[in-house]
Amino acid sequence: MTAPSSFSALQPVVVGAGPAGVRAAQALVAHGLRPVVIDEASRAGGQIYRRPPSSLAERSANVLYGFEARRADAVHTAFDALRERIDYRADSLVWNAQGGRLDVLHGPTRSTSSVPYGQLIVATGATDRVLPVPGWTLPGVYTLGGAQVALKFQGCAIGQRVVFMGTGPLLYLVAYQYAKAGAKVAAVLDTSRLADQLAATPAMLRQPAVFAKGVYYVAWLRAHGVALHGGVRPLRVLGDATENRVAGVAWHDGQEERTLACDAVGFGYALRSETQLADLLGCRFEFAPLHRAHLPVRDAAGRSSVRGVYLAGDGAGIMGADAAEWAGERAALALLADGGAAIDAARAAMLERKLHKLGAFRQGLERAFPVPHDWAAHAPDELVVCRCENITAGTLRQTVAENGADEMNRLKALSRVGMGRCQGRMCGVAAAEILAHATGQPVQQVGRLRGQAPIKPIPIHLANTAPSTEGAGA
Amino acid sequence: MSGRKTLRTDVAIVGGGIVGASAALALRRMGIGVVLLERDLCGSRSSGVNYGGVRRQGRPVSQLPLAQRAHRIWGNLRETIGTDGEYLRSGHFKIARSEADMASLERYRAQSRDFDLGLELISDARLRERCPWLGTRAVGGSLCAEDGQANPRLVSPAFALAAQRAGAQIFERHKVDEVAHDGQAFILRSGNALEVHAPALLNCAGAWAGPIATEFGEEVPLQSGHPAMAVTEPLPFFMNWSLGVEGGGIYCRQVARGNLVLGGGGKGIALDADRARSDRDAIASLSVQAIELLPALRHAHFIRTWSGTEGYLPDRQPVLGPSRTTPGLFHGFGFSGAGFQIGPAAGEVLAELVRDGRSSTPIDAFSIERFFPEETTTSPP
Repeated sequence: MTAPSSFSALQPVVVGAGPAGVRAAQALVAHGLRPVVIDEASRAGGQIYRRPPSSLAERSANVLYGFEARRADAVHTAFDALRERIDYRADSLVWNAQGGRLDVLHGPTRSTSSVPYGQLIVATGATDRVLPVPGWTLPGVYTLGGAQVALKFQGCAIGQRVVFMGTGPLLYLVAYQYAKAGAKVAAVLDTSRLADQLAATPAMLRQPAVFAKGVYYVAWLRAHGVALHGGVRPLRVLGDATENRVAGVAWHDGQEERTLACDAVGFGYALRSETQLADLLGCRFEFAPLHRAHLPVRDAAGRSSVRGVYLAGDGAGIMGADAAEWAGERAALALLADGGAAIDAARAAMLERKLHKLGAFRQGLERAFPVPHDWAAHAPDELVVCRCENITAGTLRQTVAENGADEMNRLKALSRVGMGRCQGRMCGVAAAEILAHATGQPVQQVGRLRGQAPIKPIPIHLANTAPSTEGAGA
Repeated sequence: MSGRKTLRTDVAIVGGGIVGASAALALRRMGIGVVLLERDLCGSRSSGVNYGGVRRQGRPVSQLPLAQRAHRIWGNLRETIGTDGEYLRSGHFKIARSEADMASLERYRAQSRDFDLGLELISDARLRERCPWLGTRAVGGSLCAEDGQANPRLVSPAFALAAQRAGAQIFERHKVDEVAHDGQAFILRSGNALEVHAPALLNCAGAWAGPIATEFGEEVPLQSGHPAMAVTEPLPFFMNWSLGVEGGGIYCRQVARGNLVLGGGGKGIALDADRARSDRDAIASLSVQAIELLPALRHAHFIRTWSGTEGYLPDRQPVLGPSRTTPGLFHGFGFSGAGFQIGPAAGEVLAELVRDGRSSTPIDAFSIERFFPEETTTSPP
């Protein structure tokens, strides 16, 4: 098939090469286009199907991805088949968007470019949702995603005797992967309760295969003697004063305080969307109760509120890797149709049905692994919320009490929370919870941090982006 | 309309930036009743997102009486607003990049001699000795040791909080939709929430002040401008002075925790009537000039850029003083990107105008009359 002549003269651009970006690019190529694919990683696959550096001896997909091996293989194979038919920019950070162009920083060559687009698919993925606990800045504490990256990308464990803490499906998956890889998993501490999971079972059975995997991980961990505790409230990560690293964890089990020795902690509360690029592109945001977050609005096909900008995958709402594949393809079909191409309408409708069906399952997941809504109430004043700027929960509460801050950007201006290198990507969720609790507002009322370029820090001497407009013209 | 609150007071102020908030504070200290309406949050617009330069040096001589008055307020900042807002008299150094620039700085020193700015010209070996971190493009400069810097994010909201503590009624997120005069008093309406009646009105609405002036027959060529601002990650502290460049361009300061705040270098872009962001080309220009002035920045990172919306008048002077058409109306807007330092003094001047009908600080250069040279002042309605 070839692209119709009415199509934009510019190549479409896909940002992100995880499951959503790869399937989007594949659909565009199938319709005769040659998209630019910009990937912050050095190899396609995203976080979920992250591939080790090609310099490492290849480990099998089975070892790396377990049950996800088949899907990971499929995404990698699909991408490898596309490789010659797309303009792939690896190690490339989109740090700004303005006036129909993306500013891109290319890591290894220390160079920049400015990539124009007519149509753009944003598939920027997600990072861990972090609700910190005292001691979380000690060496040896990782997010669940970070712990998983260490295993998949670097081929190493974060410690010899690891505690996994928090909630969400990733909690059990990572624990399972670590135990399979030979690490000693000292315990899995889940803030949600067995009752949450039982109540959510009917909804979770909408995706029986996924549900079964979850059940399997739990059963496997139990069978291999890993202690699983539900309904916990993490109290702190204990530090070894002499070595200044993790020595254990303390939690409350509903009755009493308990402690356990370990040398590393992986923690997190599922994922949060990376939305800064959508923000810089001017997409309209709304609060999404299911995700407990302000997210860029998209229609069922993935169209954002901005003409020519499409949203796919976890970057616009956490729906998981399978959904990301469907959403990526669906967004590409929307892009094609909007450009006047003939698309397979039945296929598009089928993808939308699958995505819709998954919505009910996601509701179940949120019910099974709820974010601990009382986290802010228990966060002690001395807890560091923003580690770039060393801002504590107490400082945030004081800012509310003394200066009347009741909105995220005001809180940022007055307290410096979210003003450091991470620009709120790490601390924003926790700061919003503290602010909501301190002001007695629901979390949607406190708003969200405005996105500002650069999306991630850029060297000053590379901020002078010469308009070397590579990628122009299809 | 039912549910609408009606307030009667002595002075209504539109705009909770540093000018409106300091006017509210000054009025309260005189015992005068104040209601202030702010469309967003006090100090969240240009007063709160500017570069944070607190400088007299380089201002037109006509602004120096006001700047000197402000200098005294800044010197008592903590007593005045209850916080130091990271204000430091760290010195402001205006860099010359040529002999012509040096000559221009010398001329400025001569022109401003009556104002006791204490300007010190530095060049050649002394320059390298005093500031080894300066790039080779700089040939010299002029130091005003008593000028400095502050954190606008903290200072501007603190003026509003201080005014509130002093008894001003401050309504944030109250956009003024209607303003009129009924022959007795000004009437301001904010949606269905609030109606304010007051015999005096201060127009301190910054870039949004134009419609209010126009409402009273004083249309002025006010335009919005958007500075480009950027900040680096924290770096080892090396530079006390706040830097400017003769002839304009970049400005730069290092805060106590090490970040460098940079501004200028071009323009931001407006996203809508209320919001703006740094423009790509402006960031590029900033980066080139920053490295030229401070080579050590070459390997630093920008972590954030931002902009804001400021009101500019063609002659880069504010409108500060009484309305030419309407008794009881006083304007304080259009500070053209240079209002942060003089803002607190402008607020005091407005309060004096309300109470006394005149200001102890010369403000003739800022009269709105300058935009109506052909007409004679009409008599009040």
